[in-house]
Amino acid sequence: MTEQLLQFLITGITVGSIYALVGLGFAIIYNSSDVINFSQGEFVMIGAISVVSFISLGVPLIFAIILSIIITTAIGFSLYQFAIKPARGATVVASIIITIGVSIFLRGIALLIWGKDFYAMEPFSGAEPLRFYGATILPQNIWIIATTILLVIGVLLFFKKTIYGKAMVACSCDKKAALLMGINVKKMLLLSYGLSASLGALAGVLIVPITFASYDAGIMLGLKGFSSAILGGIGNPLGAVLGGLVLGILESLGAGFISSGYKDAIAFIIILLVLFVRPQGLLGQSHTQRV
Amino acid sequence: MSSIKKLSGFYILSLLGILLGVFFADNYFVSVVGVIVGFHIILAVSLNLLMGYSGQISLGHAAFFGLGAYISAIVPDKFNINPWIGILTAMIIVGLLAYIISKPILKLKGHYLAMATLGFGVIVYIFLVQTVSLTGGPDGMGDIATLYIGSYAIDSDVKWYFVVLFFALLVVWLSLNLINSRAGRAMRAVAGSEYAAEMMGVDTSQTKTKVFVISAVFCAGAGGLFAFQQGFLSPDSFSFFFSIELVTMVVLGGMASTYGAIFGAIILTLLPEFLVVFEDYEMLIFGGILIFMMIFMPKGLFVTLADKINSK
Repeated sequence: MTEQLLQFLITGITVGSIYALVGLGFAIIYNSSDVINFSQGEFVMIGAISVVSFISLGVPLIFAIILSIIITTAIGFSLYQFAIKPARGATVVASIIITIGVSIFLRGIALLIWGKDFYAMEPFSGAEPLRFYGATILPQNIWIIATTILLVIGVLLFFKKTIYGKAMVACSCDKKAALLMGINVKKMLLLSYGLSASLGALAGVLIVPITFASYDAGIMLGLKGFSSAILGGIGNPLGAVLGGLVLGILESLGAGFISSGYKDAIAFIIILLVLFVRPQGLLGQSHTQRV
Repeated sequence: MSSIKKLSGFYILSLLGILLGVFFADNYFVSVVGVIVGFHIILAVSLNLLMGYSGQISLGHAAFFGLGAYISAIVPDKFNINPWIGILTAMIIVGLLAYIISKPILKLKGHYLAMATLGFGVIVYIFLVQTVSLTGGPDGMGDIATLYIGSYAIDSDVKWYFVVLFFALLVVWLSLNLINSRAGRAMRAVAGSEYAAEMMGVDTSQTKTKVFVISAVFCAGAGGLFAFQQGFLSPDSFSFFFSIELVTMVVLGGMASTYGAIFGAIILTLLPEFLVVFEDYEMLIFGGILIFMMIFMPKGLFVTLADKINSK
């Protein structure tokens, strides 16, 4: 029983790490531009499939990863440049529709390039499982969890310590004030879309060895990532990470103890409950809105 | 404005629908595509009540349509009752469900509502696939009985055309009347500014709940007809992508315009028929339309064109 529980926890934390990375991407874009980027999941999908295609073309793993991150980041930049920036001043509903449109559009492109096939990849360093108190850990699980920890620390340090990071935080607090302090707000917005896309791509690269990727994989990952961001309190990067881990663990326990067929439904029921009971999220603070 | 003038568009539409059915009954585009256009009109007009007139976004409307279809097909089959009572049951159940979820959902705004309805849509889809004993799961559900009006069987494409036309026009008529009523003005006030509406004494959460429930019930009714018209149901007809298709119809025609929604439904149903390559590029086209419309023509094609013509 405890071994089983431990196994579910390991799976949950692994999957949760991926959700955390996607959720972090949501939080970064939301902070900088008040837009919920519904195409965040598509970044993950593109990162995942493109790394597999590069490897099948004979590109060494490390270069394949770098190339797929570069491509996805470029897509992130163009998302801002060609869809978000021209629609400045759009209402919330309009901005939701735009990013949903981008997500469907990217999925359509992926379908044309890669078809409906499933793509899989060898783990980064072998598939020999390690025993851990009766549960098994795959090396890829360790890769995922360790990379996520490093990335989260990196992103938080970036916001706290670097001039660009601080400038981005300033933009999210008050764009006008940031502009008056000589910060190039448009550049910071562009940067936040790029950063968020590259995090998404990395999440895709990390997860593709333990799951299959196909052109429509983005929707579920995007939804789960968004759920993580909401669960933790939207706009709070650390909250998104925490939300991702909680969601991953709950989902894995639900799949293990209740039914794996309803796995995704369990995740959404939890989210709906959280939305109803505590819409500001676990770490978020409730606030009144100025009219 | 007299009520005849107000509804002149509606009368033209009805006449056009009837004439097409009478004179081109054997035409594929009338008897087969026309029925689908009718369903899409009901769905787009219902969604537009919510999206256009009260400024709420739903990314899960396919779920109400799907629940309506499945309940309408399952209930008469299991309890051996008249299919019309099945459809009515479906509308009541979906209405109640929409009411229950709307209470907390509509407290949420913008992103949260989009997410919550999306999540709801995904949950319904998963249940349709998983409850194999009831719905037949991913293989679908066949052998749905024929629908009768009295003792008159609706068993041909043309008969279905007129039945669906009738209900589509009914929904359009109800929608046109609703938005020009006191409740409709309250809805539009909510879309404009919730705070301002509240200041003017509009009960915003009750208004939103009402619209949400009405919109869901219309979709459920359409689903019921759809089940009997198709004779076969599969969860794929009610996926997330279909919800997006409905949103695209409303956005293309123009939010906050009933005729815009009708226009969008007609265009997006006919487009795949004329473009042979459409299927491969379906997502690209829908995505492109959503982005383009929101950036360059947020009022929608129909409304923008109508404004142009009127201002001349």
